[in-house]
Amino acid sequence: MAYQSYVLICGGTACFSGGGDKIVEAFHDELKAQNLDSTVQVVTTGCLGFCEQGPIVKILPQGTFYVQVKPEDVKEIVAEHLVKGRVVQRLCYDPEQAKKLVAEANIPFYQKQYRIVLRNCGVIDPEKIEDYIARDGYKAIEKVLFEMTPEQVVEEMLKSGLRGRGGAGFPTGMKWKFAQQQPKGQKYMVCNADEGDPGAYMDRSTLEGDPHSILEAMIIAGYAIGASKGFIYIRAEYPLAIHRLQVAIKQASELGLLGKDILGSGFDFEIELRFGAGAFVCGEETALLQSIEGNRGMPRPRPPFPAVKGLWGRPTVINNVETLANIPVIINKGADWFSKIGTATTKGTKVFALTGKVNNSGLIEVPMGTTLREIIFDIGGGIRGGHQFKAAQTGGPSGGIIPPQFLDTPIDYESLAKIGSIMGSGGLIVMDETDCVVDIAKFYLDFTVDESCGKCAPCRIGGRKLLNYLKKISEGRGTEQDIADMQQICDAMNKASLCGLGQTASNPVRSTLQYFMDEYMEHIKDKKCRSGKCSKLVQYKIDAAKCKGCTMCARKCPAGAITGSVKQPHVIDPAKCVKCGACEATCKFGAISHG
Amino acid sequence: MSEQLEQMTPELKAFVTDWKAKPGNLIMVLHQVQQTYGYIPRNIAIEISEMLEVPLAKIYGVVTFYNFFKLQKAGKYIIQVCLGTACYLRGGDDLVKEFERQLGVGLNATTPDGLFTVEAVRCLGCCGLAPVVVINGEVHGKLETKDVERLIKIYRERG
Repeated sequence: MAYQSYVLICGGTACFSGGGDKIVEAFHDELKAQNLDSTVQVVTTGCLGFCEQGPIVKILPQGTFYVQVKPEDVKEIVAEHLVKGRVVQRLCYDPEQAKKLVAEANIPFYQKQYRIVLRNCGVIDPEKIEDYIARDGYKAIEKVLFEMTPEQVVEEMLKSGLRGRGGAGFPTGMKWKFAQQQPKGQKYMVCNADEGDPGAYMDRSTLEGDPHSILEAMIIAGYAIGASKGFIYIRAEYPLAIHRLQVAIKQASELGLLGKDILGSGFDFEIELRFGAGAFVCGEETALLQSIEGNRGMPRPRPPFPAVKGLWGRPTVINNVETLANIPVIINKGADWFSKIGTATTKGTKVFALTGKVNNSGLIEVPMGTTLREIIFDIGGGIRGGHQFKAAQTGGPSGGIIPPQFLDTPIDYESLAKIGSIMGSGGLIVMDETDCVVDIAKFYLDFTVDESCGKCAPCRIGGRKLLNYLKKISEGRGTEQDIADMQQICDAMNKASLCGLGQTASNPVRSTLQYFMDEYMEHIKDKKCRSGKCSKLVQYKIDAAKCKGCTMCARKCPAGAITGSVKQPHVIDPAKCVKCGACEATCKFGAISHG
Repeated sequence: MSEQLEQMTPELKAFVTDWKAKPGNLIMVLHQVQQTYGYIPRNIAIEISEMLEVPLAKIYGVVTFYNFFKLQKAGKYIIQVCLGTACYLRGGDDLVKEFERQLGVGLNATTPDGLFTVEAVRCLGCCGLAPVVVINGEVHGKLETKDVERLIKIYRERG
């Protein structure tokens, strides 16, 4: 195979649905027409991460990086770049600096990143096992099966300092050690791919972009703990990831990397997929196990921990997708190498789905210890539309809201916990001054109330009560006593709930109360929402000087709240106004405003 | 509400037979049922209960616990409006309201012509395109409320 150039087209969900599939087709057609199909290879890769600028096309060996490519641009890329070797400047990230910025490595979005988990995403064709093997894939299995004892594998994990990336940060090696120490017999290895945090898609991108790395890690874990069977519990909402895993399992089985007597080592391991069905609580270990067993996904008290008593009562290790993706690299490069990356307590890197009011949304991977400022302003390119940074939210509905004074906190499990948030699975949502903290807290509580399984009272009742208080405050009916009551409920939920969902569900409320009390007070005392998000608190006003008395607004108003005679300034009755905004939208003279 | 009886397809029957002996099969079987009919029809649930020897009450316990399973047939086009955090911040809930207004139905209800069902869904994982709407698997990103009319028109014309 002697290809001179490679066209990498991002096959992540965002790029593909933005027209990526048509671009692949266009490249195939155009290369054929130009008789280049034997010298240029078209590869559909996993997510390249820069979702904001998609669809993305990357050309190797030059590493030229084209953004927002359309099918009609393909002809030009082929004619100019692949035939004549000239960069198509208008498709580069920043045309003015095109000469400098043609390569991915020079784009600020990528400069501060360090890729371990996403090492193969956007580099290989995820549906070709050969691509994975060419990048040291399945090499770690050889090393583990033929050169290491299970005890040595666990020791290596402990030494690396790798901690669970699902959110809680429990040391992976410890989990494995507990399961390994259980008496021999049927044990299970489970991959938690039930990524449910709103605004997080790290695991989806890893599974779509590099499915074999997860299989390899599961085989290693299976060998270490003595399990012969593995399950991947994956959201049914991720059809592409499911498809790629199915392809990967088939390919690995054909090469003898899965199944009986792997590579002649005598070790057996098989992997089966099980689908989730849209229940956030199933990300919790014990609930997840219930779901695999075909039951309602309700958690149970721990101990006994799954490592002792898990699936069908047998010792079970559950690791999250991102945790697993680190493992083959740790085996290949060694625990010493891995433990040099990161902070004192948290080793390695973290993948974040950077979204919200930031210029460059996308999937990023940074060493632990990187600050929020570096992530949001250097990688994310700052806040959209010249707005002000107000807060960042990590950890989804279980996390807290981080105000500007902590922008320079180096990110690791401990530092985030100290400022009232959590690492979580990796959603990082940026908010600006047009977002209201009461509204955000309400949004998250709405989510957790809906997703509470209902088994324990603190979560079932506490969550509902908190939501009711937040609704009351957002409608201008709150009192100062409500704040005190909310704080009490938050504490009770945190201490008394059965599982992680209930214990952390109050975090969005706690952290907003801690850092944005003045905004809560504005809602309660001044009946005002400074962002205008709480529609019940919005007041619409007609500027008498600008009003021409055209009567348009009065006719549009569905509540009959506007009165006035023809050619006379009109007025809005706040008691009748339903704050639909129809009057403001219809006024031709800009006489109506809200605040 | 009267419900039409669905016919158990040979493919579904084969699937259930295939999975019968595997522990923890119920959710996988229900996924197959929903893939076949678009929802979980009652008469099929009864048949599954007999085939798997699982109480019907347990099947309904599971079906009602998980958001993914539906008990009612949806419209021809299912409009899924993402309300993940990124989409919410960029106006996902305004899109829901606009779809409801233009189609004259509430969430999870189907238009009288059987064409559209509007759903609010959890994060679809393409936050870079926020706010996002998925209609029968086709992703429409970076939408504004004024795009809603156009979208409805496209699918209505497809019939």
